[in-house]
Amino acid sequence: MLAYILRRFFYALPILLGVNLITFALFFVVNTPDDMARMQLGVKRVTPEAIEKWKAERGYDQPLIWNAAAEGSAKATKTIFFSKSIRMFVGDFGRADDGRDIAREIAVRAGPSLAIALPTFVLGLFVAIVFAMLLVFFRATALDFGGVILCVALMSVSGLFYIIGGQWLVAKVWHWVPISGYAPGLTAVKFLLLPVVIGVISGIGASVRWYRTIFLEEITRDYVRTARAKGLSEAAVLFRHVLRNALIPILTGVVVVIPTLFLGSLLTESFFGIPGLGSYTIEAINAQDFAVVRAMVFIGSVLYIAGLLATDVSYTLADPRVRLQ
Amino acid sequence: MNLPVQVVVLWSDALLFALTAACASFAWWTRRQAVLRAAWVRVGKDPVAMAAATVLAVFVLVGALDSLHYRARLPAQPGQPVHYAVEVNSVLDALLAPLRLNTEKTYSAPLATRLFAMETLPGSNERAFPRLVYGGAHLDAALDGHDGDVVRRTLTGLGGGLLLWLPVFLWLRKKIGAGDTVKNKANNAIAATLLGIFLLTGVALSLGSGYHVLGTDKVGQDVLYLSLKSIRTGLLIGTLTTLVTLPIAIVLGLMAGYFGGWIDDVIQYLYTTLNSIPGVLLIAAAVLMMQVVIDTHPDWFATAAERADARLLALCLILGMTSWTGLARLLRGETLKLRELEFVQAAHAFGVGPLLILRRHILPNLMHIVLIALVMDFSGLVLAEAVLSYVGVGVDPTTISFGGMINAARMELAREPMVWWSLAAAFCFMFILVLAANLFADAVREAFDPRAS
Repeated sequence: MLAYILRRFFYALPILLGVNLITFALFFVVNTPDDMARMQLGVKRVTPEAIEKWKAERGYDQPLIWNAAAEGSAKATKTIFFSKSIRMFVGDFGRADDGRDIAREIAVRAGPSLAIALPTFVLGLFVAIVFAMLLVFFRATALDFGGVILCVALMSVSGLFYIIGGQWLVAKVWHWVPISGYAPGLTAVKFLLLPVVIGVISGIGASVRWYRTIFLEEITRDYVRTARAKGLSEAAVLFRHVLRNALIPILTGVVVVIPTLFLGSLLTESFFGIPGLGSYTIEAINAQDFAVVRAMVFIGSVLYIAGLLATDVSYTLADPRVRLQ
Repeated sequence: MNLPVQVVVLWSDALLFALTAACASFAWWTRRQAVLRAAWVRVGKDPVAMAAATVLAVFVLVGALDSLHYRARLPAQPGQPVHYAVEVNSVLDALLAPLRLNTEKTYSAPLATRLFAMETLPGSNERAFPRLVYGGAHLDAALDGHDGDVVRRTLTGLGGGLLLWLPVFLWLRKKIGAGDTVKNKANNAIAATLLGIFLLTGVALSLGSGYHVLGTDKVGQDVLYLSLKSIRTGLLIGTLTTLVTLPIAIVLGLMAGYFGGWIDDVIQYLYTTLNSIPGVLLIAAAVLMMQVVIDTHPDWFATAAERADARLLALCLILGMTSWTGLARLLRGETLKLRELEFVQAAHAFGVGPLLILRRHILPNLMHIVLIALVMDFSGLVLAEAVLSYVGVGVDPTTISFGGMINAARMELAREPMVWWSLAAAFCFMFILVLAANLFADAVREAFDPRAS
């Protein structure tokens, strides 16, 4: 097991390097640092000195990949590629445009992001599986048909409307919770309640339908017939046998998401004013802070790859027949 | 030549019509394929799918009318060469000219006769809600009979819609004849949907000639006009993106599955890497960089419409480049299976080249997967446009889109009383479009997926 994890870890390195190259190409080759400086300083009134100053402040005043002027190993290290891209592997993301250290900012903001994303994820999973089970229990009845139609209708509403509608109804009309904001500690609960509920509702249509298909496929198997033949009740068949056997396809879709929960949700966080990584990213996009966006892309892919690894490991836990070598 | 208009073909228009032509030729090819034709017949017998298809057809019609662009000729000066207006308009703009040109000063509620905001009236110090310039302008100063006028116009609209619908209905009835009950059901669904559309259009036309049916926005533009214009943006993003996705996914997926070996390794590495970057972040990064390119090269684009069009196309390109991985993986898996089947082995044994095998024996057997992926992706892309525009990496701010409408309306939610009509209009139009696309996609998947019963 450990050997497997180690080997997977080394397989992940080329992928991360690829991600790194893609972001490097996107941020430094498609547009030269001069272009970025001109864009941020305003295209019209810009002097060469201002551009040089902008580049020096951010450390973009080096050659892209090869520094012929430097000595020895500095030929490769005193470059934008090394100082901006390779250094990300050791957690050095540089500074944002406001001068703050990006790595520290990310560490601070991951907490609030997780405080929203984790409850949304767990509650959403639970609710979706329960509803999907209900639909499967009443399969081929009017309830099932109506449920599926409702799911499609829920899927057809943009996530923006769930947030806007929820904020308007619950916070503005009913005054149950504050419209937006965040506070550390236990007081955070009143701020988190609404975003979590909205997050669950906005995801429910697609996931209930997805789990329903998985369960329906499972229910035609022989072991289900056997279980029924030996006189088990339909509820026992569904919850004890079908649910357990459906775990593998469920895990495939679910576990990979868990590490990326750290990233938070762009929309929810910015609408509710939660100081997490999602709102950090949106602010960076709006302010065109390229260093932050680059760091978030890299961290996002690290977390995704961690999720892929966790998925494989979770298979062995869910199904003893799966062995990793 | 002194044409009254100068036809303008934007890149997105050309691509959209090319796509339409491709769809038509695909349909023609399908007619000769017994299996595919049978599947389409199954879709055609599904009442829900046909109702959804009717709604989609209306949306496509609006989008197509909005894709025929022209520049109007300016009034001729004697002895001067002919000039055309800088503004690029579409046929839809011309049809909706009253809506487009009758702008008020700022917000006004649906069917309102007065502005939403108080103003100091000229010649006095009193503050009041001034009358609208166009909404309810035909009413007298005391606004007597406003309610009666609205009711009268609504009834006229309903009656007109019904009258226009009847011949269509009778034609549909006559075409199928009695007996075929399954087909009858589908046709009834079409007729019922058409009735709804005709009635709504009738009411909108009849009320729209005197009022702003869905109100006006911050700069006084008619919200109904904005909603109709947004349809083209949504359709373009939903369809042109797949135009980018399909070739990449098909070529790479088939190659990885058929050739195996190092080609498979390279392609798998490529899509695993792309896939491991969270979608929104990759799109945001790419769009940011594209903005830099467009902003630093203002000389590339002659008109604002062209720049907005380039940005829309670039967005489709970026969305396509980031979303081909799922389909490619699916096609690779299926190709792996097909490659081992006897008819492919036989073709191989006869010395048929790999390209011909892929084109003639493998690709046609994967068409159902491609088609299902195409229709399933559409609704997601329409929804994605709104979110991306909100995040700030969507279409050009001058392009009218659902995302832009929501974004503008969101700022006004804190107002008291609330400005709700822009949001409501964007919600309704988007919901109907996406719901119809989802229902149609479900029917297509059910009919084409061999695993479905």
